[in-house]
Amino acid sequence: MYALADCNNFFVSCERVFNPGLNGRPVIVLSNNDGCAVSRSNEAKALGITMGVPLFKIRDIVEKYNVAVFSSNFALYGDMSGRIHQTLRQLAPAIEIYSIDEAFLDLRGLEQTDLDAFAKKASAMCFKNTGIPVSVGVAPTKTLAKIASKYCKKRPELQGGYFLHQKEDIREILKTVPVEDIWGIGRRYSQKLHTYGVHTAADFVSLPPEWVQKQMSINGLRTQNELKGESCIDFLGIVPPKKQICVSRSFAREMYDTGKISEQVSLFTSMVCEKLRRQKSACHQVIVFLLTNRFKEESPQQYESRMFTFPVAASSTLEINRVVLKELSFLYRKGYGYKKAGVILTGIIPEDAVQLNLYDNLDRVKQSRLMKVMDQLNERIGHGTLAVATESREGIKMNRQRLSPQYTTKWTDIPVVKSSR
Amino acid sequence: MKKVVKIYKPTEEETELPVVDGVKCGFPSPAEDFSDMRLNITREIVKNPASTFYARVSGNSMINDGIGDGDILVVDKSVDPYDGCIAICYVDGEFTLKRVERHNDHLMLIPANKAYKPIHITEDNHFTIWGVVRYVIKKL
Repeated sequence: MYALADCNNFFVSCERVFNPGLNGRPVIVLSNNDGCAVSRSNEAKALGITMGVPLFKIRDIVEKYNVAVFSSNFALYGDMSGRIHQTLRQLAPAIEIYSIDEAFLDLRGLEQTDLDAFAKKASAMCFKNTGIPVSVGVAPTKTLAKIASKYCKKRPELQGGYFLHQKEDIREILKTVPVEDIWGIGRRYSQKLHTYGVHTAADFVSLPPEWVQKQMSINGLRTQNELKGESCIDFLGIVPPKKQICVSRSFAREMYDTGKISEQVSLFTSMVCEKLRRQKSACHQVIVFLLTNRFKEESPQQYESRMFTFPVAASSTLEINRVVLKELSFLYRKGYGYKKAGVILTGIIPEDAVQLNLYDNLDRVKQSRLMKVMDQLNERIGHGTLAVATESREGIKMNRQRLSPQYTTKWTDIPVVKSSR
Repeated sequence: MKKVVKIYKPTEEETELPVVDGVKCGFPSPAEDFSDMRLNITREIVKNPASTFYARVSGNSMINDGIGDGDILVVDKSVDPYDGCIAICYVDGEFTLKRVERHNDHLMLIPANKAYKPIHITEDNHFTIWGVVRYVIKKL
C-alpha cells in the first residue's frame, strides 16, 4: 500500500499559520516577480481565480473582494515543507518527496494496521506540528493514492485521510475523476482521449490495453494498470541525481547593460554549481541563455542560447563561470532589453567518475579543495560569504512587493507576540 | 593541420603528506572515547524540531512569570495545551501571550503583571491556542 500526503493550498496555508486572520478570507500567493497566482485558498477559487492567472487580469476581483495577495516566500515554504516531511518520516518506513507540497509514503508491511485510521492520524499529526492542513490518501498504487488524497480534500468529514481499496469504491470514484486529473496523463493525451469519448478515469480503465499502449505508449498502459490496482510505478526512496540542473530567473525589469547582466548570470552560475556539487556531481556541458521580453512586440527580440563542452567534466564555480561569461559575451547585443537569463548544466556524471585528460592543465585537486571551503563557508555563514568577484552582490533582483516575513529562517523576522493587553 | 601538444613538468610546490592516526608514540589520550559529547543547547530545548517555532515577546504583561519585553519564546505546537500552561494565543485578530486557565464554561487568560486584567474567553471570541511555550531565552 502507498500513501500520498498532499498539503492543501500549500503556500496559502503557510501564510495562514503565521497570520490566522487570513482564515476564511480569499488569499492568493503569486509566482516569482509577482506575476501569476500559483496558490489559492478555497475562497479565492470560489471567486473564479484560476491557477496561473496573471495578477493584472484579476485586479478587479482582488479589489472588490479584498483578496489578500502575497509574493512567494520560498524561505518560509521550504522550511514548512521540511517540517511536514520530518513528521511523515516518523510515521512510515520510507518516504519519497515528490514536490514541495507532496510526498509518497511506502506502507508495505503495514497492511495489517487500520490504514484508514493511519491516514487520518498522519493528517492530524501534520496539522498539529505545523498548522498545515494535509490530505492523506492510501491505496494499493501511487496513482490511486493521488486520487484518494484529492477525494478527501473535498470532503471535510473524512478528516484529512481516506483509505481507498474496496473494488466497488474504486469503481465509483473513478467515474467522478476527469481524465485530465489522472496523475501521469498530460494535457495532450487528455485532449486526445476526449475526442475518443473518454472523459473519466472509469472510461479510461475500460479501454482495451492494446489500444492504450498503441496510442499512449507503455506509460499510458502503466497508468491504466495502476488505476486497476496493480502497482507499476516504483517507489523512489532515494532521489536519483538530476541529469540536468538549471538556475534561471526573470528580471524585475528589462536589463540593457552588459555589466549588470553579467553580474546576474554569474550569480546564477554560482548557484547552479553549488547545486551540482551538493549532489556530488560534475558536468560535461554548460548552456547559457538570454531572452528578451516577448510581450514587448515592438522591441527587438532575441531568444538564444550557447553551449560549451568541457574536455574534462567540471564542477568548479571558477572554471564554469569563466566559460559562462565568455559565452554570454557572444550572446549579448547592445540595445536589446533582456528579461530573462539562465544557466543549465547537463551531461552530469558522479564526481568520482570524472575521466581525467592527459592534457588537462587545471589542478583539479586544488580546485575541489577550494570549492569545498567555499561551500562550507557559504552554508555556515550565509550564501555569498565567499563568491566569485563577477557575481552580483545584491542578489537576484525580484519584484516581491508583498513578501511576508521569513518567520522561521531569520531571527529578525520571527513572529512577535504581544504581551501588552 | 598542425597540432600543438603542451607538455607540463611537475610543479615544485610543497606536497602535504597525510599523517597516519594510528602511529603515535605517547600514551593514548584517555579522553578519546568521550569526544563528540559537547553539550548542544538546541538539542536540549528543542525536543520536536518539526513542531518547534520561535517568537519574540513585545510588552511586559507576563513579567512576574519571568517573561519580559524582547525575550525569545521556544514554542512547541505538538504539545497539548494543559490547564495553567503559558501559551501563544490568537484572540480576536492578534497574538497574545498569557497563562491559560480552564474554568467550567470558559477560559481565562491570566497576565502576570498587576497592571493588566485577565481576559475572559467564551465561545463568542475568535480564539485558538497557537502553541505552548516550553522555554524562554532572555539576554541579561
